[in-house]
Amino acid sequence: MKFGVLVFPGTWSDMDFVHVIDNVLGQESEYVWHKETDLSRFDCVILPGGFSYGDYLRVGAIARFSPVMTAVEKYAADGGLVFGSCNGFQILCEAGLLPGVLLRSVHLQYRCQWVNLRVENTSSPFVSACNTGDVLHVPISHYEGCYYADEATLAEIESNGQVALRYATPEGEISNAANPNGSINNIAGITNKEGNVLGLMPHPERCCEEILGGMDGLVFFDSILPSKV
Amino acid sequence: MPINQQDLDDVALTQDEYQLIIKRLGREPTIVELGIFGSLWSEHCGYQHSKPLLSIFPTTGDRVVTKVGEENAGAVDIGDGQAIVMKMESHNHPSAIEPYEGAATGVGGIVRDIFTMGARPIALLNSLRFGPLSDPRNRYLFNGVVAGIAGYGNCLGIPDVGGEIYFSDMYSGNPLVNAMCVGLLETSKLVSAQAGGAGNLLMLVGADTGRDGLHGASGLASRTFEDDRELRPTVQVGNPFLEKLLIEACLELKDTDWIVGMQDCGAAGLTSACVESVSKSGGGLEIDVAKVPRRADGMTPYEVMLSESQERMVVIVKKGNEDKVKTVFDHYDLRSDIIGHVTDDGIARIIDDGEVVAEAPIKYLTDPPLYRLDGVKPEWLDELQQFDFNSIADVRREDAGAVLLKLLAAPNIASKACVYRQYDHQVQVNTVVPPGSDAAVLRIKGTRKGIALTTDGNGRYCYLDPFAGGKIVVAEAARNLACSGAKPLALTDCLNFGNPEKPEVYWQFEQSIRGMTKACEVLGVPVISGNVSFYNETRGEAVYPTPTVGMLGLIDDIDKRCTISFKSEGDVVLLLGQGQASLAGSEYLEIMQGEVAGVPSIDIELEKRVQQCLLSATGEGLLKSAHDCSDGGLAVALAESCIAGGIGFEGELPIIDRLDTSLFGEGQSRAVVSVGSTDLSRFEQIATEQEASILKLGFTKGSSFVILEIIDLPVEELADAWQHGLEKAMG
Repeated sequence: MKFGVLVFPGTWSDMDFVHVIDNVLGQESEYVWHKETDLSRFDCVILPGGFSYGDYLRVGAIARFSPVMTAVEKYAADGGLVFGSCNGFQILCEAGLLPGVLLRSVHLQYRCQWVNLRVENTSSPFVSACNTGDVLHVPISHYEGCYYADEATLAEIESNGQVALRYATPEGEISNAANPNGSINNIAGITNKEGNVLGLMPHPERCCEEILGGMDGLVFFDSILPSKV
Repeated sequence: MPINQQDLDDVALTQDEYQLIIKRLGREPTIVELGIFGSLWSEHCGYQHSKPLLSIFPTTGDRVVTKVGEENAGAVDIGDGQAIVMKMESHNHPSAIEPYEGAATGVGGIVRDIFTMGARPIALLNSLRFGPLSDPRNRYLFNGVVAGIAGYGNCLGIPDVGGEIYFSDMYSGNPLVNAMCVGLLETSKLVSAQAGGAGNLLMLVGADTGRDGLHGASGLASRTFEDDRELRPTVQVGNPFLEKLLIEACLELKDTDWIVGMQDCGAAGLTSACVESVSKSGGGLEIDVAKVPRRADGMTPYEVMLSESQERMVVIVKKGNEDKVKTVFDHYDLRSDIIGHVTDDGIARIIDDGEVVAEAPIKYLTDPPLYRLDGVKPEWLDELQQFDFNSIADVRREDAGAVLLKLLAAPNIASKACVYRQYDHQVQVNTVVPPGSDAAVLRIKGTRKGIALTTDGNGRYCYLDPFAGGKIVVAEAARNLACSGAKPLALTDCLNFGNPEKPEVYWQFEQSIRGMTKACEVLGVPVISGNVSFYNETRGEAVYPTPTVGMLGLIDDIDKRCTISFKSEGDVVLLLGQGQASLAGSEYLEIMQGEVAGVPSIDIELEKRVQQCLLSATGEGLLKSAHDCSDGGLAVALAESCIAGGIGFEGELPIIDRLDTSLFGEGQSRAVVSVGSTDLSRFEQIATEQEASILKLGFTKGSSFVILEIIDLPVEELADAWQHGLEKAMG
């Protein structure tokens, strides 16, 4: 399976994704500079974390105008798998490929820490290897991670089952205390209506090897892989 | 226009130095020449007061790849054709004035020193000191510095894996902000800071040049100052996004043969970057300031040459390759301009659109007058050293638990998680032991190896006895690595002191260096890079003499790494090393008695044996945990291992003399280790071989921290005090 890992100016999780794809999963990956315009050679496209354009103006607001985003739109419209993590999630929201927006976290600090996610809906190809209610232990690393959508949009994505994962306690309880950034309804990850675009604030690529303190990130890749191999 | 006193003051040159310049040139310098001399002869660039003493550090070793002071940072071989590059640098004065940008640009500067050598920056650490958090100004500085480090470092995608934070009255108004960066490179691809032969081109890349940071090197870093606000414009503003692009572009260049060298535009900007790189190869240079892209109108050649605008580098390009190099920068939408070239006449010639505005021999520029002063032991020190510990009451048995809780919550000891969780410490997916243990451990991908990193300093010890304190700083850093299972390979330092023109400060400086040197020699750890920060004073009062060190250790097999946390119940807990402790300079003495007194001491030969014992034992996989026994003494070290592992302890401590000394006294060459019962005899054998004593303290057990008949507290309660202490101190 061949992954395209997008690189915007200021992206930094690109190398971590490539490491996991190549060295942990034994799959194929390729860096895609943001000025490229064709993604048709890939089985999955990843928008990694980082500070595209320094997060200047507003997170993701400049990157969404990069030439590659036109290709991402087309790729997604054609049913291709698009996975945005952290800054990638922010860019997908800015580009209108996912609903809602990521605001500054409520405590007004950058936070790098482990959190727990409860799997809410396994129908998308990104978490199909999980069972609903599974709890995943993964790291976050962001300042602007507070998911927000207006009431109508929120009602729609909830009723469509677009919420893929929520911040939870280790026991899987959805609570304020388990919410690391103030996200509405504890939302950590959502898909588009069709389920082929996922945005996720946490960093699954950081927990795919035991030596790094956890392997739960692998379920995202395990979910994606069988669908295309 | 004749040079006046104000011109000299601007660049911190004395009349004598000015006369020396006239004598060497055989004429009055132009204003541009004066600026160049002032910057390069400043303490910050020229090490006027420190060079003679710094030369006593041991700087060589089998693994040392670079010659100290010759490159942007020091490099040390870690096998497999790989080297680690590292350096630590202070940004104390800018941070005192504008904490966010001061700290941010400190990170930016040290990172540039690493990737200019062709190394990928793989870790950041910070050694920070502030006044007490009860003062709102100190809270402002603390929050600003932490936010600045987070704001800049997180944007670069370099994990911030460790460091230290201390608070003391002595740093009120003059915080210490020492940033360290570590890089990894293929040794054969090391990029030098040399300019090579005549004809090579000087290419300025990155940001445009503005008026920000004028006189940073000569003004801010090289003298004391009274009014902060007046100096605010000398603090630069960082752009981490631009720096991230520079990292990627410059690392692409290291794989080509198009360039000769790279040099960061740090203190004294273009002036030092160009002159220093050219001086190393004995050549000259010609720069046309008209070709320097600017962000402000009407800048004079003087301002262009002395600007400290951030995120700029000079790349020395082999003639004929300039278009190819430019393509790399164009790819990242970065600006790159040829501003001059290397000559062979030994002259630094600055031209402004055809007119020569400076023309000075480089050998004069890089040869500042050196000052070797006579240090004098401060008169007040005798009284502090002769403090009578019998004059203070011992802790009562029934109060020991409460004192332990108080120490665990003290900002100097309490968990720093509320700080380091603001730093991305995981990016690059190498962080195997995150912040919070004795040292951070990173894996080296594609190998079995790991590296351990730590920073250490103890201003209180150095204040009470700078010679012993200097030894202890080095020893403790090495011990942190040994506790992590890593053999110490090299160190970088930041020497933070007051005004060296005062004999007492110079004495502290000299004694500290001699102490550090002694420890480096005995422990076999060379100094591969470093930085001196003088004039750390507020209203005439110097900070604690505070040499800080950053140390690198190597773990041959990453699976042999060791951490501070107790791992399982039923393990034997032992004190390795020296049994004796003392209240001298201890955290306990300051917190409970309000005293900073006594004479700290260390037996550096014993230290070496203790560390060897730790290395042998971790190498054989015998230790479940190991924790350096430092601030807060034995009781605190035991409690920290309990908290980290979520496992209790039950045992007895040897009560020698006084209860407070036994529980909370501090002593060097000590570590708390836990060993599975089946490995105990082998561990005892190793300790005997190394002539390092061990003392059985008790066992890991249950969920309470029990020192029989003295302390019995749930680990949860200890953890609560330790985890929230710093936040509570913030109010």
